[in-house]
Amino acid sequence: MNKYTERLYNGLIKENPTLVLMLGMCPTLAVSTQAMNGIGMGLSTTAVLILSNVVISALRKVIPDEVRLPSYIVIVASLVTVTELLIEAYLPSLYKALGIYIPLIVVNCIILGRAEAYANKNTIGLSAMDGLGMGLGFTIALTLAGLVREVLGSGTAFGLQVLPESVEPIGIFVQPPGAFLVIALFIIIMNAIGIKTRQRQLVESNGCEGGCAGCMAAATCPSKGKNAEKGAAK
Amino acid sequence: MKELILIIISGALINNVVLNQFLGICSFLGVSREMKPSASLGGAVIFVLTVASAVASLLYDYVLAPLGMDFMKTIVFILVIAALVQIVEMFLKKTSPAIYKSLGIFLPLITTNCAVLGVALTNVQDGYNFIESVLSGFGTAVGYTLAIVLLASIRERIREEDLPEPLRGAPIVLIAAALMSIAFMGFSGLSF
Repeated sequence: MNKYTERLYNGLIKENPTLVLMLGMCPTLAVSTQAMNGIGMGLSTTAVLILSNVVISALRKVIPDEVRLPSYIVIVASLVTVTELLIEAYLPSLYKALGIYIPLIVVNCIILGRAEAYANKNTIGLSAMDGLGMGLGFTIALTLAGLVREVLGSGTAFGLQVLPESVEPIGIFVQPPGAFLVIALFIIIMNAIGIKTRQRQLVESNGCEGGCAGCMAAATCPSKGKNAEKGAAK
Repeated sequence: MKELILIIISGALINNVVLNQFLGICSFLGVSREMKPSASLGGAVIFVLTVASAVASLLYDYVLAPLGMDFMKTIVFILVIAALVQIVEMFLKKTSPAIYKSLGIFLPLITTNCAVLGVALTNVQDGYNFIESVLSGFGTAVGYTLAIVLLASIRERIREEDLPEPLRGAPIVLIAAALMSIAFMGFSGLSF
């Protein structure tokens, strides 16, 4: 496997951002009411992620270290604004379905997380592949969650009726509680078959380790900062 | 007056920011291990969200909207929030070290809390004026605090339980959150 396909495998399976790293939980829970929304949200995020990784990787020698986080935020926010305008213009129904969660891609920790962990140390080509792999991994997880919720909650898959009419769908799965339940179910399955996730770290930490907190707040956590440096040195 | 009270109640209970809109999930799951830090984070969020809503609303009404730069709002808001959190941190450090000591470490976390940006954007979307925006920010933050403190108190209890191995860690917390979310759905019947 060469370096580029390794990046894809890493994003899709080994370090799947949603299921293994537990990043970007807010959009995962919020837009997974339908499989189609999952694909829309996933692909929008993928587009932003590839572009932000490319831009940040290209500028990695130009941006001074002290102001890198604000710079990344500006880059990501600009890309998200462009994406939002494009979706509004060409895919109005998706724009309506995703609503506030499109601009919130800015604070999706997958994007800043990859910028900080990968794009600012690697070449443009590898960073683009990393963005693609991570983005697709996110898309697949979102679509899967959306599919489970849609089938259980409204008896359809991608808008087509799959459950027989006589089966009453369990409405709670398309309501907010269903999102928590389905993600919990995914993690239980992963735990049961022995795939290590970072979830324990996320819920057992003081906030300096996992999740969104890990991305931007990392600079403020002394121990974490040292670890990151060590990791980079290796 | 009735509308203003309704905005607070709707922000805090009916459209609970965590359990209904899934904003700020990371800190909700990450910090809710114990009661005390959860309450401190809640306090910091109430403070920052109220101030951020006020600043974002003023900026939008008097700078962005008159200039026709509506599309710039995401970029402007996230930068304003990041700067605001920094200023609040420095201000608290100087003026009241006691509060800084209890809230300080949580302040940087709030920048990445999508609830702050989410509320600023929703306020603009719903066409709220200055007072409505501030109240909506305050109500939302109260809802966040309520949710995280409740979850922390549940987690303090389940920690001692003998759970099946695959359920330990995140799954049981998510299931607790799901049950809380079901309970909060009951508030959707509240209407005036």
